[in-house]
Amino acid sequence: MRTIPLAEAAARIPDGASLMIGGFMGVGTPECLVDELCRQGRRDLTVIANDTARPGVGIGKLVTERRVRKAIVSHIGTNPQTQAQMLAGEMEVELVPQGTLIERIRAAGFGLGGVLTPTGVGTVVEEGKRKIEVEGREFLLETPLRADFALVQAFLSDYLGNLTYVLTARNFNPVIAMAAETVIVHAEHIVPVGMISPDQVMTPAPLVDYVVTGE
Amino acid sequence: MDAQTVIARRIAQELRDGMLVNLGIGIPTLVANHVPAGIHVFFQSENGLIGTGALPEEGLTQARLTDAGGRPVGALPGASTFDSAMSFGLIRGGHVDLTVLGGLQVDARGRLANWMVPGKMVPGMGGAMDLVTGVRRVIVAMQHMAKGRPKIVRECNLPLTSMRPVDLVVTELAVIAFPQGRATLLETAPGVSVSDVRAATEADLQMPDDVPVMKL
Repeated sequence: MRTIPLAEAAARIPDGASLMIGGFMGVGTPECLVDELCRQGRRDLTVIANDTARPGVGIGKLVTERRVRKAIVSHIGTNPQTQAQMLAGEMEVELVPQGTLIERIRAAGFGLGGVLTPTGVGTVVEEGKRKIEVEGREFLLETPLRADFALVQAFLSDYLGNLTYVLTARNFNPVIAMAAETVIVHAEHIVPVGMISPDQVMTPAPLVDYVVTGE
Repeated sequence: MDAQTVIARRIAQELRDGMLVNLGIGIPTLVANHVPAGIHVFFQSENGLIGTGALPEEGLTQARLTDAGGRPVGALPGASTFDSAMSFGLIRGGHVDLTVLGGLQVDARGRLANWMVPGKMVPGMGGAMDLVTGVRRVIVAMQHMAKGRPKIVRECNLPLTSMRPVDLVVTELAVIAFPQGRATLLETAPGVSVSDVRAATEADLQMPDDVPVMKL
């Protein structure tokens, strides 16, 4: 792990990159990284996340500034701008059931060829997917989802990159930290090694590439 | 008593001590206000919380403690938090005992549509498909009709949420279950006749000899 200034962290992300971004309605989203991507004018991004939050909040800022070419999310109901851009054909939106989305990300991070889920069988979600029967029950084969970058919001990071999360700001964060080529973390607090006891570590340090310092 | 209170109160009677319960947004959320005395249930919020409590008073909210709608909530002593994979493992894995969800349509066999109106409203399914597919018992809380049109229909013309039939539908008029895949009237609301319910329902309703009135 290396600590890295915010501007430099965002500069590592090229136009057209795929990003997994932590957060649930903006809670647990690394807001400063989103702001910096907007400021640096990044575009044509693919965003994989739970939702697109609201205009002006978290991932919603990237939507407002039209930086997102494609969103793979479970919910856009709280962001009218996402819906408008989707209906106007300006943004591609792939809607995935929330439990399936997190499992597809987990499958990539855990080295699996996919997951078999009963969710979506017999609905529009099954279109184009393989159905597999196991012990008399039908499942959909859902394929792994990986990304170029994971943008993670942590509560604590130590100087090795061991992470903890807080309350409901955990959500997608520890899972996306397994599934991206490069993992960039913003932590509320950076603490000395040893401050986070081994049993409290939620994401082990070797998974983390960069921890952002300074805002 | 207004329609929402009738629905929430009746559903609260389905709660049992020790249950793990997930409440959807809207009328389902109101069920938490009517938990019978002496019963303790755990409420799950799918963004990663068991032990959801009432919203703390202003000034004591915590920005990183929210419900599935992103609004601040409280957490009771004994609450736990976890990531989204765990949260949906709880849901899909059958560890959640009961979910209460809103509905747009329910068909004669009990299959629910509640996540989109093509061309009009495409919010995304969020956690609804996983909840209906995986939770042990599914209750739909909804108004009996929408804009004068029945919501309990022969066939849903809106996209289904899951093939798994729901267990119970509770409206301001009636309680309906689906034994052997057939919509069956179990109870009527106070002051509502069986023929009132039939008139407001498109699906064929099975009528047991005795249809009691909801005890609220």
